[in-house]
Amino acid sequence: MDTFVQQLINGLTIGAIYALIALGYTMVYGILRLINFAHGDIYMVGAFVGYFLAFQLGFATGPSLVGLGVVLIGSMIAAALVGMAIERFAYRPIRKYARMTTLITAIGVSLLIENLFVARLGAAPRAFPQLLREQSYTLFGNAAISKSQILIFAVSVALMILLQWVIFKTKVGTAMRAVSFNLNSAKLMGINTDFIISFTFALGSALAAAGGVLTAQYNPQIDPLMGIITGLKAFVAAVLGGIGNVPGAVLGGLLIGIAETFVVGYGQNVGVPTTFRDAVAFAILILVLLFRPTGLLGSTVREKV
Amino acid sequence: MPTLVKRLLAALVIFLLLVVINQYMSKEGLFGFGVPSYYARLIVLAGINIILAVSLNLITGFTGQFSIGHAGFMAVGAYSSAYLTVYYAQAWERSLGGIVGGSLAHALIFLLAILVGAIVAALAGLIVGIPSLRLRGDYLAIVTLGFAEIIRIVILNIDSVGGATGFTVPGYANFLWVYAFAIITIVIVYNIVHSDAGRALVSIREDELAAEAMGINTTRYKVLAFVISSALAGMAGVLAGHYLSFLSTNDFQFIRSFEIIIMIVLGGMGSLTGAILGAIIITFLPELLRTLGPRLESLLSSIFGADNIPASVHTFLLQLANYRLVIFAALLILIMLTRPQGILGTREFGLSWLKRARRRPEGDKPVGTGGVSIAEQEPPSAIDRAKEVKNQ
Repeated sequence: MDTFVQQLINGLTIGAIYALIALGYTMVYGILRLINFAHGDIYMVGAFVGYFLAFQLGFATGPSLVGLGVVLIGSMIAAALVGMAIERFAYRPIRKYARMTTLITAIGVSLLIENLFVARLGAAPRAFPQLLREQSYTLFGNAAISKSQILIFAVSVALMILLQWVIFKTKVGTAMRAVSFNLNSAKLMGINTDFIISFTFALGSALAAAGGVLTAQYNPQIDPLMGIITGLKAFVAAVLGGIGNVPGAVLGGLLIGIAETFVVGYGQNVGVPTTFRDAVAFAILILVLLFRPTGLLGSTVREKV
Repeated sequence: MPTLVKRLLAALVIFLLLVVINQYMSKEGLFGFGVPSYYARLIVLAGINIILAVSLNLITGFTGQFSIGHAGFMAVGAYSSAYLTVYYAQAWERSLGGIVGGSLAHALIFLLAILVGAIVAALAGLIVGIPSLRLRGDYLAIVTLGFAEIIRIVILNIDSVGGATGFTVPGYANFLWVYAFAIITIVIVYNIVHSDAGRALVSIREDELAAEAMGINTTRYKVLAFVISSALAGMAGVLAGHYLSFLSTNDFQFIRSFEIIIMIVLGGMGSLTGAILGAIIITFLPELLRTLGPRLESLLSSIFGADNIPASVHTFLLQLANYRLVIFAALLILIMLTRPQGILGTREFGLSWLKRARRRPEGDKPVGTGGVSIAEQEPPSAIDRAKEVKNQ
């Protein structure tokens, strides 16, 4: 029972990170029908901006909550700018072209960011400075929760509530929903769709950057290619929950996080090696899509001739 | 001369030509001339990429089903055939060599390995294709990607094929084998595309619902295209494994599938020659960029004199090789921004191409390009005209 609770806590921690990244995928997809493959790299950029901010501003010397807050918000702003720049210069000119073209462009942007970082900073992992005095609290029995895990839960829940508020209670959020419903109609209603799309990229990128900094606190190793597999799994989480659906992305992220830690924790008992950790997300996705082709919370769209 | 004889003769001529070029590509060379092994290797890898691109084009370019799992089928072919050649081939070759002679036995065994790789990959394609092809668009893409990753991780956990440490394979393949099968692949895909089945596939790409309404069994044709495409990818995997003499699951990650998609999108989806062109460009471009810096420098120093080049330019050019993948990615984005339909679009490059291009009147596009829907071409409808009359 203790290990079960422990696995659950660890799974939810990873799942919360996946959920934060998945939100960006799902929002962009909801509006542009574009799989933004560069989103995983934004997560990496966020972690690296946090790394450099911590060193430049002198927070790397010791744990400080102020430092953590500054680093977190700073990297979110920087990532939002990067996301908007990508949208402006790579995606906007090709928005009206075929799906395959936009997809290849997204892959191109992803390769560009990864290779630029490898060329500038080298591929070797770097140690992210610990801004939080690490401490474990014992829950029921032997299950423990660390301070960085609490931080991940607190920040990601706060950001998700904030996002929900932005989408459903603000004018900009209403416009976002209108654009995702139908871009051309929204334009006819006088909505500045270019601004809304740009805003969506900024929002998603900021969430991914928060995920990057939080992960770096939990597991303090960052490298320029860290976004590839995490980004892919977050995308799988978004599809699993029903792409374009905001609560679905959170649900998908948490599910995949839990499934992954359970494979590592219990897999050997039933003959599944721990290396299947990276495969389980896809296995769940395939199973779900075969029975619910639009994901867990996705709505079915009837095809019209 | 009957057509069959003509075709057999043509095949024989091509084969002999390949044998001659193969000599030229080898270490010994032909009459003392040989291609340096670095270039020979790139040319062979280009051939493997041609097989991959042409086969993916069948399912993605002609049928319009978006698959990002090609590397997975390649891995299935590579590993299944490598299992055969590593554990059984030597014994079989010895016993067969006594009957038909060493080199023929060698060739026959490798042919068998290619066949096995293709069949196992086709089976994998069938198993993946039947459930996945019910999905469309991005969902199909992500499921094929998922299957490919699962295949890779399963292979990673099989110890008899090396697991994480990699798998050393006998180096059976060479230029001749790779290009012979590249030509076979091109012929197969060309014939499929120009057959009844090919028309059915293109109709599925253009409008799946309309195709179904016309009585085409879309599921059957999609699975058929998927299985053939997987078999050909498996074949490419066999050739790649036995050319490089080493297999590692790292070489079959989804980035490899992306690479193949980039080839066909770059060349022009739904164009056979485009896929070939894309494969060649994607093989050579990163290597060309590797030597770009030194070449530019020697060019500059021949123009301005070696002493007149500023030190900053010198170091920049030296470091350019580190940025070759950055330049590659930037070029990719640039091509998509400026020529989204790929270099050839859905057209084919050939001898008649130039003639036809000149003759074609302005605005007359070949079927299926540009995605111009009927609604956009339609003249103003009767209702619109009636409204106009009323307003006047």
